[in-house]
Amino acid sequence: MSNELNNPFAATDQERQAREKEKFIKLSTQLITWLLVIPVVAIIVFLVYKSWPALSVEFITENPKVRMTAGGIWAPLIGTFFLVLVSLIIAAPIGILAGVYLNEFARDNWLTRFINLAVVNLAGVPSIVHGLFGLGAFVYFLGMDRCLLAASCTVAVMTLPVIITSTKEALASVPMAFRVACWNMGATKWQTIRTIVLPNSISGILTGVILQVARAAGETAPILFTGAMISSRVADSGWDAWVPYGLEDRFMALSYHLYIISTQWQNVPESFKFGTAAVMIGLVIAVNSISIGFRIYLRSRKKW
Amino acid sequence: MSESSPTTGQGFSLRRGIEKVIDFTEPAVVGLIHLCGWSAIIFVMAIFFFVFKESLPAITGLEEGAVHGEVEQLDLVEFTTSPKWIPESAKKPTFGILALMVGTLSVTILSMVIAVPLGLGAAVYVSEFAKGKPREILKVLIELLAAIPSVVWGFIGLVVLNPMLVDMTGEPVGLNILNAGIVLALMSVPIIVSVSEDALRAVPDSFREAGIALGANRWEMVYKVLFPAAKNGLLAAVLLGIGRGIGETMAVLMCTGHSVMMPTSIFDPVRTLTATIAAELGEAVRGDMHYHTLFLIGVVLFVFAFIINLTADLIVKGIKVQGNE
Repeated sequence: MSNELNNPFAATDQERQAREKEKFIKLSTQLITWLLVIPVVAIIVFLVYKSWPALSVEFITENPKVRMTAGGIWAPLIGTFFLVLVSLIIAAPIGILAGVYLNEFARDNWLTRFINLAVVNLAGVPSIVHGLFGLGAFVYFLGMDRCLLAASCTVAVMTLPVIITSTKEALASVPMAFRVACWNMGATKWQTIRTIVLPNSISGILTGVILQVARAAGETAPILFTGAMISSRVADSGWDAWVPYGLEDRFMALSYHLYIISTQWQNVPESFKFGTAAVMIGLVIAVNSISIGFRIYLRSRKKW
Repeated sequence: MSESSPTTGQGFSLRRGIEKVIDFTEPAVVGLIHLCGWSAIIFVMAIFFFVFKESLPAITGLEEGAVHGEVEQLDLVEFTTSPKWIPESAKKPTFGILALMVGTLSVTILSMVIAVPLGLGAAVYVSEFAKGKPREILKVLIELLAAIPSVVWGFIGLVVLNPMLVDMTGEPVGLNILNAGIVLALMSVPIIVSVSEDALRAVPDSFREAGIALGANRWEMVYKVLFPAAKNGLLAAVLLGIGRGIGETMAVLMCTGHSVMMPTSIFDPVRTLTATIAAELGEAVRGDMHYHTLFLIGVVLFVFAFIINLTADLIVKGIKVQGNE
């Protein structure tokens, strides 16, 4: 080729081909990525569009009426809130302390490897098997019966591995030099953790924990047999509307409610089903964006 | 952190007193931390124990006076090889999970056929090609994909994908393997993307630089350097996706069409192991053969998930040891 004679650095055919191929791959992987992301956006837009006739303040604040052909979703919404709250109270202390153990106390030995393996496996147990466990252990063995407490315990066990993992990550981001300095002042391990490690990581830990538990609350399978119920009478106003379920009561939950109205009940207006799904996705987006915003805020505030 | 350090305060102060009490309880607290540290092991064992315990009567035989009136014992050969699942038959209940297993496998395999190329492609793009703002936006959106509850995915399959598939394929009903496979693929893509992105990021930059220095362009570098170096992590990503597919309950319950049959094409409805438990446990009487058999399916699922996660974990650990050397 004459080109090569004139310019020794000109691309050869082979190189040109390789470059074409690279361009093609880059474009196609880009296309694939957007192909994954666009359906999500499209689905959200579609859900909101379809649920528009139903979406209003009353839809949130009113209880389901006449087999969900009128009213709103207050009873299941507040049920999901209490499910998250109680699960959080049960799972957070255990999970956070377990994370502290794994990051601060555990040596590199077979026991630690065993624990890490257990965490991975606990995270991989199918959600319906968690439901079976909750039924066998909490409902029957511990005699709790089907109630909010049993369902919360089940969800708590399910969220434990993700809480442990996110706590471990938050703790690992505290520089080792902080601990070493504290030990050199004569502090014990627990004093160091209590006064240096936890204060420097607690906001990161809590963000992770709340995000994970809120996500788990969207799961239906674990609460199916441990306490969720199809419909319950909830007061329309007053104190009882805000705290409608005791720990011993069965409760309504948003995820189970959506399952029931979209597969079991007839004559539920289309917009109500879409509305329930839209509210669930709205909550997911809200919790996620708050945690992302908080993460950015924390990063900007970091002193090291 | 000086205001909370243990040596603050002079003479007597309430704070000092509290600090002293806290220090006094240190051994107890450290003990508690250790106990919580082992909680994961305790719970994994507890899950297996309780699910197995409830399923045991099916294998050892039910006592007399059970719902069907005589001593019953589950035929394990029939359980694993029969495609017939007729639990509530008055004459002769049959408990065969072959069709359910085939249902689970067909949906999972189809979802992987869709999700693995998409997930790997997206991981390569996000970790190697994308930069700056678009990269951050894509990561957030993929994370969002993972956060959508499974019942909402099921709902989407039911009301969005179902009519679309009816229009496109001409089948009378759009609830089948294809529907569930697509929904499950979208659900397992985020985990595949995030695990394979981790695997790609774990490859040291010196590998990339060496590749580029030898004259490879980005794609040649990804294909010839990163893929071989990260292959274990990528394999683990696929395995975790499979684990997700086998364990998924609500979405497949709502999208598969829920009929017990051996599928012959991807337009056939099926039923999965998980969906069977979810749909029938509510009606099964405690102490009945049906009830115990559903727990036995739970044991099967637990063992499947355990093997898959163990393998994925060993594969990942393997790559980490190699990487350090």
